[in-house]
Amino acid sequence: MIEFLFKGIVRDRSRSLFPFLTVAVGVMLTVFLYSYIKGLENDFVESSARFSTGHVKIMSRAYAAEAEQFPNDLAYVGIEALVDELRREFPDMLWTPRIRFAGLLDIPDEAGETRAQGVVVGLALDLFGRESPEWRILDIGPAVIEGRAPQGPGEILISADLAKTLDVRPGDTASLISSTMHGSMAMANFKVTGTLRFGVTAMDRGAVVADIRDIQHALDMDDAAGEILGFYRDFLYREREAEVLAARFNARYEGQTQEGTSEFLPVMVTLKSQSGLADLLAMMRIFSMAVVLVFVVAMSIVLWNAGLMGSLRRYGEIGIRLAMGEDKGHLYRSLIAESMVIAVFGTVAGTAVGLAISYFIQAHGIDISSLMKSSSLMFSNVLRTQVTPVSFVIGFLPGLGATFLGTAISGIGIYRRKTSTLMKEFEG
Amino acid sequence: MRRITALLGLAAWGWASWLLAAWSKGAQQTPLAEWILHRVDENIVSGNKIVTSRMVIHGRRGSRSVEAKSWIQGEDKAFTEYLAPPRERGTKMLKLGDQLWTYSPSTDRTILISGHMLRQSVMGSDLSYEDMMEDRRLLSTYEATVVGEETVLDAPCWVLELKARTPDVAYPSRKIWVDKTRFVVLREERYARSGMLLKTTEVKSVVRIQGRFVPERVIFKDVLKAGEGTEFIVDAIEFDTPIPDYLFTKASLRK
Repeated sequence: MIEFLFKGIVRDRSRSLFPFLTVAVGVMLTVFLYSYIKGLENDFVESSARFSTGHVKIMSRAYAAEAEQFPNDLAYVGIEALVDELRREFPDMLWTPRIRFAGLLDIPDEAGETRAQGVVVGLALDLFGRESPEWRILDIGPAVIEGRAPQGPGEILISADLAKTLDVRPGDTASLISSTMHGSMAMANFKVTGTLRFGVTAMDRGAVVADIRDIQHALDMDDAAGEILGFYRDFLYREREAEVLAARFNARYEGQTQEGTSEFLPVMVTLKSQSGLADLLAMMRIFSMAVVLVFVVAMSIVLWNAGLMGSLRRYGEIGIRLAMGEDKGHLYRSLIAESMVIAVFGTVAGTAVGLAISYFIQAHGIDISSLMKSSSLMFSNVLRTQVTPVSFVIGFLPGLGATFLGTAISGIGIYRRKTSTLMKEFEG
Repeated sequence: MRRITALLGLAAWGWASWLLAAWSKGAQQTPLAEWILHRVDENIVSGNKIVTSRMVIHGRRGSRSVEAKSWIQGEDKAFTEYLAPPRERGTKMLKLGDQLWTYSPSTDRTILISGHMLRQSVMGSDLSYEDMMEDRRLLSTYEATVVGEETVLDAPCWVLELKARTPDVAYPSRKIWVDKTRFVVLREERYARSGMLLKTTEVKSVVRIQGRFVPERVIFKDVLKAGEGTEFIVDAIEFDTPIPDYLFTKASLRK
């Protein structure tokens, strides 16, 4: 039966070419869009984790409530002991303290007067600690595009864009003006050792990267830090595990107080519970499902139409087959089987092309930095797709489903043909 | 001599009649409000002032104290040196007109504080740099209206609403409670252009020094900030003491 149908399809291209192309194009777009959305989601999760959220993050409760504003006056005090404890108790994770701060970078002229000044968002990292994972997490080495990375106290890196705006060269001195943990004005001199570009606009706009000890000293944050970030060693975020870990950690501090209040006790939050990330990621998933659904509906309509046109063109053939005594149900099923053969070929072809395009963009990426100039989201400037096992099968849903639906609807016409009028139709 | 006495008597009678007329015309009269502001300015504004003060900042994590000494000349020049705590010791500020410079001994840098930085907190207190710089006469800055009378710190007070005459002020409108006998602002509310309350001040004690009534202990509260506010305590104040001109130069910041 299949062989018979296959021969019919191959020999009569007008019967198969249009549905094949429709299915192939629709499946290709579905596979590509799915991989594109997965790429966006993956990039967003990875960039957010590396630069901002970690896979889990520990802050004081008061800091967590206003985390978007970097409220270092509410930072957690006693960071060293807590990090040691975390490293002992959860050795399968990487733990690293960070301070995020905002301020001005003031560049002096030869007389010590302000030559240039710019707003900066700083990231204080454990650059020189024995167990520090920061170089690997942020890939700092390759991000340095001029000069060198800091090698000792009092040295900082600044973003290449900021260096250009302020006309700063490696080796220049810069004064950081910010607020101490107690709200006083903080001023500290640093040597700019190099410029860097992370490839994330939100970071590259005006970033300063400094060693956490220097910033603790400058901002009067002795043994304090805004955040402790935790990462799975394989850098793969596992939501369920992270939630269990956070619940276990937080249960420990229930009913306790520190500095006479509970608002400075540590609290652990997961990546997705920060900054509305859960909503954004849920929206991305809904969007990817909507894409598949839209293609199923749109392709069904197109294939329904194609089926109707095919039925008209094959009106005589269907009539003869009915006149020869073929059962209407059998004829209906054979049309569906025929369309499914086309659907399988179309889906395989569409999936292959969709995967090829997705693999290409996954490997080479598309530079979208010009579109990200005012972005504050942790998105990479190079857009990449991500091919996952689902990318290989996602096209089969619209490919087979739409073809089946289209043929099933258009094929209903078979049941409207009346045997009694068949001979009359042939005479005409 | 009789003529002079008669003229002086006439002038005194005229002044008294004007005051009486202002009183009798009711609380809404601008001349009375302006006269109150004039008396407030007269009490506190002087040629030169040297003030030693303390700020006790009650934050979310506890309280800390910052001590400073200020040399003030008229409305446009002020020099402040922080004395304590050790981390802030040696930090200096210089106000020249509408410009504010700060010197940090740890970096040996002098920085001009401008723009949005002027609205930042001074040493983590409830006072901003704008608050610290503000030394202009109220009468020249605001139009006033008397809106009522209340008792504050057991002293009968006029309640005045002030609207800025020019847009270049930190607070476009204010409400002040002025002591009727000492002409000291005992309570104040400072508002944004939108009408939102930004800051409140409450005088806790007043002392008389060199014939002037000086708020000795004032609680400043930034309404938008958590914490219990900042106590501003005047430990010593000298009026009309000579101050050398070189102090009001940028070079003096590094000395």
